[in-house]
Amino acid sequence: MTVTRPARIGLRVIALAYLALLLLLPVGLVFEKTFAQGLSSVWTALSTPAAISAFWLTVEIGVIAVVANTVFGVVCALVLVRGRGRARWLLDVVIEVPFVISPVIVGLSLILVYGTTGWFGKWLAVHGIAVIFNPLGMILATVFVSLPFVVREVAPVLREVGIEQEEAAATLGASRLQTFLRVTLPSIRWGLAYGIVLTTARALGEFGAVLIVSGNIAGKTQTLPLLVDTRFYNFDSTGAYTAGALLAAISIFVLLIMTVTAPDRRRL
Amino acid sequence: MVTGYVSIIVLLPIAALVASAFGGGVAASWSAATSPVALSALKLTLISAAVVTVINAFMGTLIAWVLVRDSFPGKRIVDAVVDLPFALPTIVAGLTLVALYGPDSPLHINLAYTSTAVFVALLFVTLPFVVRSVQPVLHALDTEMEEAAVSLGASSATTFRRIVLPSLLPSILSGTALAFARAVGEYGSVVLLASNIPFKSQVMSVFIFGEVENGSPHAAAAASVLLLAISLAVLLAIRGVARIGAGHR
Repeated sequence: MTVTRPARIGLRVIALAYLALLLLLPVGLVFEKTFAQGLSSVWTALSTPAAISAFWLTVEIGVIAVVANTVFGVVCALVLVRGRGRARWLLDVVIEVPFVISPVIVGLSLILVYGTTGWFGKWLAVHGIAVIFNPLGMILATVFVSLPFVVREVAPVLREVGIEQEEAAATLGASRLQTFLRVTLPSIRWGLAYGIVLTTARALGEFGAVLIVSGNIAGKTQTLPLLVDTRFYNFDSTGAYTAGALLAAISIFVLLIMTVTAPDRRRL
Repeated sequence: MVTGYVSIIVLLPIAALVASAFGGGVAASWSAATSPVALSALKLTLISAAVVTVINAFMGTLIAWVLVRDSFPGKRIVDAVVDLPFALPTIVAGLTLVALYGPDSPLHINLAYTSTAVFVALLFVTLPFVVRSVQPVLHALDTEMEEAAVSLGASSATTFRRIVLPSLLPSILSGTALAFARAVGEYGSVVLLASNIPFKSQVMSVFIFGEVENGSPHAAAAASVLLLAISLAVLLAIRGVARIGAGHR
């Protein structure tokens, strides 16, 4: 260690104070504000029909987005790492797009494709398929914003484990499916688990993109983050803080799983 | 299958966005996207994002250093807490900031409807990027070189600047690039506390949202393309600097 003891403790104090002030203090305050109203008002705020419906819609959209992006993520990582196509670099760039684009722009783009005046608007109306202001549009928005996580976690692991074991399995007569299930999948399981957890966190919490395409109709197209927003602007601060605390509790649970599944940070 | 999925989910909407920005009343769309209100929002967005990114480069590296080289009880918990902004929904982040810096602030700091609110919100949501990109590199870094430098009489500051920093620079830059991109597009955590005051606390994502709500999707698309072009240029510039830095070593 090249740093003197006082300098090290000084840096430690700065880092911890920064984290405490910026992260822990505000998040702690939300729980404080929630429970300051008493348990019965917390229960009332959580058990309204709008809240219950928002909870289940959030879970529903989250499950669909996570399943879709997990399957896609693994296949895409295999294509990126094991494939031979020339255009792989292009795919690699496109995968990054959801990381650099504002959620608001994602929502707007979906309206421009599926909205009444959008590219497919007329065709969808004729065939009676409702996308914008309906759960289908919210699913598309959520899948868009949470797309890169599994690919980004699985691809480096695949690169690291190499192909020797897979080749050995193939020489011993395993089918491609058997090789994947018995050799590839077990070797990427921790990276995959971390990617799924990150996808889940993003899918459950998405706000901007979903707000634009949902119309935010209580009991129909309102997720938990949208409920927080609606209650906040209706001056129902107890309700907003309670719904917010529920989401915060879910994300702290997700955080615990992240800590357990996070790839060992000692390796590159 | 992969190409089809990416095309439908990502490329199709982006194509519609670009087409809308350049089609149907182009002049009107672009005059809305470059109106004084929009340019003021763009300025606030870019300045806040740039300042937040620079702070992140410093604090992120410092936190990563403490998490890797220091040891103290509860380090694993602190390590987990760094991920909190990734796990917490943006609207909840916004709500926490209202609780702390809103009109009922227990600290008596009221930042509601100010540009400082934008800054604080962006600082919150972008915290993990630099820490998480620097941490593994610092872990892998051999301490032998540092020890050699110290034994040859270099001070801690010199050792850090000449030995540690050059190795960390590429990862610091890639972390700041991600933080910048996130800051430029951030919506949920900003909108509750900073709200939507033109020329004062309105950022670009909030402006674009307003245009969509007002039924001017073409103007919103033009503003979006402008914002995307600028952040893309910044990202490429950061990547270029990282490449030059790597070439020097």
